Amino acid sequence: MKIEDKLFLDRFKVDEEDSHIKIKDGNKCLNECPDQPCLYFCPANVYRLETDHISVNYEGCLECGSCRIACPLLNIEWRFPRGGFGISHKFG
Amino acid sequence: MKETFDVAIVGAGPAGISAACILADAGVKTIVLERGEFPGAKNVSGGVLYGHNLAQILPDFSERKCPIERNIVESRIWYLSKDGGFSIGYNDSIFAGDRKHNAFTVGRAKFDRWFAEQAHQKGALVVPSTTVVDLLRDDKGAVCGVVTSREDGEVQAKVTLLANGINSPLAAKTGFRAEPKPDQVDLAVKEAIELPAEVIEQRFAVGNGNGVTIEIMGDITCGMEGIGVIYTNRDTLSLCIGANLADMAAAKVKPYDLMESFKQHPMVAPLIEGGQPREYVAHWLPEGGYDAMPQIYGDGYLIAGDSAMLFNALHREGNNLAMASGKMAAEAIIEALNKGNCSRSSLAGYGQRMMDSFVMQDMRKYRNFGHFRYHNKEIYDQLPRVATFAGREMLTVNGVSKKQKQKIIMQELRKETSLFRLARLLWRGWRSVK
Repeated sequence: MKIEDKLFLDRFKVDEEDSHIKIKDGNKCLNECPDQPCLYFCPANVYRLETDHISVNYEGCLECGSCRIACPLLNIEWRFPRGGFGISHKFG
Repeated sequence: MKETFDVAIVGAGPAGISAACILADAGVKTIVLERGEFPGAKNVSGGVLYGHNLAQILPDFSERKCPIERNIVESRIWYLSKDGGFSIGYNDSIFAGDRKHNAFTVGRAKFDRWFAEQAHQKGALVVPSTTVVDLLRDDKGAVCGVVTSREDGEVQAKVTLLANGINSPLAAKTGFRAEPKPDQVDLAVKEAIELPAEVIEQRFAVGNGNGVTIEIMGDITCGMEGIGVIYTNRDTLSLCIGANLADMAAAKVKPYDLMESFKQHPMVAPLIEGGQPREYVAHWLPEGGYDAMPQIYGDGYLIAGDSAMLFNALHREGNNLAMASGKMAAEAIIEALNKGNCSRSSLAGYGQRMMDSFVMQDMRKYRNFGHFRYHNKEIYDQLPRVATFAGREMLTVNGVSKKQKQKIIMQELRKETSLFRLARLLWRGWRSVK
């Protein structure tokens, strides 16, 4: 089962106005972070390597917080989505 | 929302709601702020809850229609390699009889919602869809309320209980607890897999309404410190697998790939065959232990549950530590309010209660267990391989004498590790839990 299909099972109320995740300095990801572990450990595959940057697909974030503390450069600004937004568990 | 409360509670999980119930029963004006669109919307656990601790908050929880999934009568432990593994279990009819509901499974989205409803009925105000983004402090630095993400969202309170879980940007921002280091949390993913109730009962060999827990260690985490579980719910199975976040980042393993190989393990696949995945979620387990705990109270605030790093990995206990700490926090708050003073010294009853209870006694007892697992990776790698080799060799009937088989097994063991290392590992393991 692919990650896209897993995320499709979940219920998200996406905050279209505002992403709760921001990469502070995108250049650092490309120039100073050879391992780019966020591309692997994020359980929702939020971070994806594009041709010239890492994109942040915050809409499917499962809100575990891992990227905030495991980014080697602490280059990710992560806060909770606004109240009521983000994932809503059916089972939990 | 510019209103003043006696107590503001951040987070409507087991710790926060336990406290809210006790406070509301005592007539204390309490508000609970929850960021999810309903209590439980953001919460995850493997799913085992303990009747003893819940009964201390709600003695009549069964009559109140607590959404119990299955009553646990059997606990199994598996130690696996890629191809198979060892299984031991303990089943006892007393857990279906006199000690029914000693442990039971719940889905947190339903349970926490129900639990918060009980607190509401007792008189606590539970406000969902509201994220706490900062703490209010008076001129002396004491916490005197919270700032929420709502417009005019300041809530004044004499005491604030921080029960907002292990992942807390609020903690990082305000410093009430240090941000965990990657090696202090396990990142776990969980799937709910739907199967008919009678199929679950057949596959796990339990009667109507009863269930089983399986805790799994070994090669399933690809050499990383971690654990998998399978818990039975009424008509779903909870499959969780998690590993130390530092290990996961270093190994470049994708958590969802880990879950997929777990589901394909030859001992797991037959249990979930034909099941439909219904949900996929992720959460941290607090693995920092006693030595990573913050100061659990200060001027105008207390910390309970996961937020205080309360977790007993060996016995998969967390919810009960949250409930017990929430209750003790509430009792200390009532004392302080009666004294008319919510300073650190006035809230010291919380620290004392915690030290005298099983919560801190267990946290202390297992303070080195996380360190042991993190620094002895052969538990997840070489040892399950040797153990499986030994099991397979001894059970294969092929005309080779048992004496000769023992020799072969010892040779294999020496290839993976030494007897000295194995003895040292067992000794260290024992010391970390004794």
